[in-house]
Formats: sequence, structure tokens, C-alpha cells
Amino acid sequence: MLNRLTDTLDFQGQALALRSERQRLLASNIANADTPGYVARDMNFAQALRQATAAAPAARTLATSQPGHISGGAAGAAGSALEFATASQTNLDRNTVDMDRERASIADNSVRYEATLRFINAQVRTLTSAITGQ
Amino acid sequence: MSMFSIFKVSGSAVSAQAQRLNVVASNLANADTVAGPDGQAYKARQVVFQTLMMGAPGQPESAAGVAVSQIAEDQTPGRRVHDPKHPQADADGYVTYSNVNAVEEMVNMISASRSYQNNIEVMNTAKSLLQKTLQMGQS
Repeated sequence: MLNRLTDTLDFQGQALALRSERQRLLASNIANADTPGYVARDMNFAQALRQATAAAPAARTLATSQPGHISGGAAGAAGSALEFATASQTNLDRNTVDMDRERASIADNSVRYEATLRFINAQVRTLTSAITGQ
Repeated sequence: MSMFSIFKVSGSAVSAQAQRLNVVASNLANADTVAGPDGQAYKARQVVFQTLMMGAPGQPESAAGVAVSQIAEDQTPGRRVHDPKHPQADADGYVTYSNVNAVEEMVNMISASRSYQNNIEVMNTAKSLLQKTLQMGQS
């Protein structure tokens, strides 16, 4: 009974976690704007949210023997929704970070993060006013 | 909390860019140096950036910071100017200056400063989002 009250919050919570993960991804891209050979990455948000809200199957992980190695599966909530961004203008040092695109994505992502926060706040307010009694 | 590691990622980038700016400053300061303490003319230095994966093993690997892997010296020969009256002139009357290209260094400086600003902006955005997250459910 009680978990029905909070079930609706779970979806927004997953979305919020994914938004913050995407924000970190974009921050990594901007941080590596001058690193030779760095390939920019972005998240397919719709796919990541679908994966996160569906019942997650047990993921296989790759063995990691060095600190820089990528663990393969079970990579946070985003999982396989991470994609490589293509360069709009190619570079001699094979860096594919497009600063304009990354800045636009960061602005977009932070507005959507705030929107999700407001959804959560509104739901909490609705619930508290329902259980307060007048 | 994945948002907190943004400060680590952008912080590493900011310190790497600051180091790049530092190298640019010493290159520009030595643009007209004739001979260093070792008797050789100053050689321009360049920082080499490298991606630094910041997630612990098993953690999401979407956090990628930056580190300066090495500071490389430019090995091209220095500028040679014919000036027999100069005290550092060699037997043929040539003086060897440092191989710093001032125009390249200025471009490098502007690029470093823009990247620095971008990373600070990212940190400010993350900070304001985190502050709003802390107030979740209070309004």
C-alpha cells in the first residue's frame, strides 16, 4: 500500500540519476577538449531510461587489470546507451569534441535536470497535501 | 552521487589548463633568451594532455578527466641572428636565440584560457544543480 505512494517518484528518480550521469559525461567531453585522440561520447537518453526502468538483467562484466580499463557491461545506469559522437569538423589530432555542441548539450541537460527536480517537488507537495488533512 | 565527480573531472581539466598556461608564460618570457644557465638557448616547451579515467573499477566509466602526461621540449634549432658585437656571438658572429614562436604561444594562451573558462562554467552549472537537488522536497 505504502509503496504505491512512492512508485511514481521512482521513475523521476531514475530520470534524475541518468540526467546527472549525462551531465558528467558532457563535463568529461569539455574537460578533454584539448586531449589528442579523445573521442567524445554522449548518452542515448531514451534508450538509457528504458533500460533503467525495465527490470535489468544480470550484466556480464569484463575483467579489468589496470586502473584505466573499462569494465564493459554494468556501466552504471546508462549501460550500453553510451554512444560515440562524430566530429562535425575533423581535426588533425583526432579529437572529436565539438565545443559548441557540448555547451548546448550541457545547457539543455541542466534545464531538463531542473525540470525533473520540479516534477519530483510537485509530486511530493501533492502527496504531503493529501496526507496532511485540512 | 555522480554529479560530485564533475568537480573532479573539471578540476583536473582546470589544473591541466593552468599548467599549460604556465608553460606558455615561461615560453613567452624566454622568447628572446640567448643562452640559459647551461649555455644552451632556451627550448620551447609544450604540455601533452592525456585522458585520465576517474571511475574506480566496476564504477561507471563515464568520468574522464585530464592529466598532463609529459612536458615535451621543442627540438627545432633556435633562431640564428648575425650580430658579431653581441657577447654571446659564436666564432662566425652568429647569436642563437631560443626557438620560441611568439605567435604560436599567443594562440596557445588564448586556447588555454577559453578551455579554462569553459570548465569553470561547467563546474558552476553542476554546483547550482546540486544546490537545487539539496532543496528537493522542501518547497
